[in-house]
Amino acid sequence: MNEVKAIVSVVGKDSVGIIAHVCTTLAENNINVLDISQTIMQGYFTMVMVVDISGCSIPFSQLAEELKLSGESKGLSIRIQREDIFDAMHKI
Amino acid sequence: MINTGSIFETIEMIDKQHLDIRTITMGISLLDCTAEDPKRCCERIYDKICRKAEHLVQTGCDIENEYGIPIVNKRISVTPIALVAGGCDTQDLVPFALTLDRAAKSCGVNFIGGFSALVQKGVARGDELLLRAIPQALAETDLVCSSVNVGSTKAGINMDAVAEMGRIIKQTAHLTADNSGLGCAKLVVFCNAVEDNPFMAGAFHGVGEADSVINVGVSGPGVVYHALQSCKGAPFDAVADTVKKTAFQITRMGQMVAAEASRRLDTPYGIVDLSLAPTPAVGDSVARILEIMGLEVCGTHGTTAALALLNDAVKKGGVMASSHVGGLSGAFIPVSEDEGMIASATEGTLTIDKLEAMTCVCSVGLDMIAVPGDTSAETISAIIADEAAIGMVNSKTTAVRVIPAEGKKVGDMIELGGLLGSAPVMPVHQPSAAEFIARGGRIPPCRV
Repeated sequence: MNEVKAIVSVVGKDSVGIIAHVCTTLAENNINVLDISQTIMQGYFTMVMVVDISGCSIPFSQLAEELKLSGESKGLSIRIQREDIFDAMHKI
Repeated sequence: MINTGSIFETIEMIDKQHLDIRTITMGISLLDCTAEDPKRCCERIYDKICRKAEHLVQTGCDIENEYGIPIVNKRISVTPIALVAGGCDTQDLVPFALTLDRAAKSCGVNFIGGFSALVQKGVARGDELLLRAIPQALAETDLVCSSVNVGSTKAGINMDAVAEMGRIIKQTAHLTADNSGLGCAKLVVFCNAVEDNPFMAGAFHGVGEADSVINVGVSGPGVVYHALQSCKGAPFDAVADTVKKTAFQITRMGQMVAAEASRRLDTPYGIVDLSLAPTPAVGDSVARILEIMGLEVCGTHGTTAALALLNDAVKKGGVMASSHVGGLSGAFIPVSEDEGMIASATEGTLTIDKLEAMTCVCSVGLDMIAVPGDTSAETISAIIADEAAIGMVNSKTTAVRVIPAEGKKVGDMIELGGLLGSAPVMPVHQPSAAEFIARGGRIPPCRV
């Protein structure tokens, strides 16, 4: 099956286990992580992941909602968006 | 992998700078829905719209979810009803508007445009019936938008139609007076109307278009405003360059959404309309862009030049970003829909005369302007004639969307709600143009 790439972005206050938390949600829904970039900017945890959603076991909107809700409980803003929007705006 | 900074830049544009897709508009041809029996014709119209646009709203919502970009409106535009209903055995076209309203509600869209007539050179039977039906149609429907083209660069200006439109606008305001004259917010009088405009209230599906088509209108005044904050004191070359780069990014997003919607709906992609369309929200204003260029208040001297630069740079930046640019494309200046314009008009710096000058250099016309309720039909016609003349001579689209606010006087506010915002009632000149409007006939085109 062809890869369908999406970007997961996470911003919020740093705490123990953020990456594990996000990866667990992704793994539960059969989503493969292709790349991770993570840094702390001015005390804020900032992470971008490239993931493959082609095998995702639930509808995309449900996944987005799950990630969003799971982040809110930890004070994190988590969103997932198809990669194409970033390519369109930043690549010629 | 695309760098983190770019990803967060896009997210910030959407979250904090009101970047959105203003509308996905599906254009639908109704030319094959004609029938002599008006009931049969209405049935065909309803069926075709519902068949074509069945999945439009769901698809829009899916794209919104998956790409994380808000798509504010999903809309439908149809063939001008004057052309479709002209051959029907009826004198009353209001049922056609009711049919459009019903179809729009079944599909779940925000607006449907195309209760329209093209009368720049003359009025045919269907046009006459449609004009007559406009006030009642707009009073009895919720989602139907109407437009009438009264002039063009090639044909000149049909002054009989201009005179008629003054009366129609007055009557529409009267019939919808309980709703602040809302009917007039859904009625546009054009010169040089375009056939692929996705924005309301002036959208209709031109006869040169395919059976159905997807047009997308982008927005993004907030993003341009934010980008220009870093240009303080820089020469205009730098300002133009910054606007172009930002318009390019915004339009690329519009292009991607248009292509995706077209693919999912199996409907040809028409155009991207790269317009800066403001909303009443703070931080989403075209007026504030003009002010950040160095004007204390939008509407003061220098505003026309600032708008000229903005409009041109938006177009230049957007053209390369999209395979097909169309619609109105440029900066919109609807007073009631723009927080900065409302502020400036309320304090009295922004006047109708200045707005008229601004329409010479931007993409539309006198838009969403409230005038006193006692403004005569002839004065409104004269305002339309002035705008149409600007459009005709300069080969550009101009439009008039004014709202006579019944029972209100200069300085009062009217509330239209939602994206339509609120409008301060602005003064018009008192001396009469009645004799001028009463002449009728046509103003010849400036070039033959």
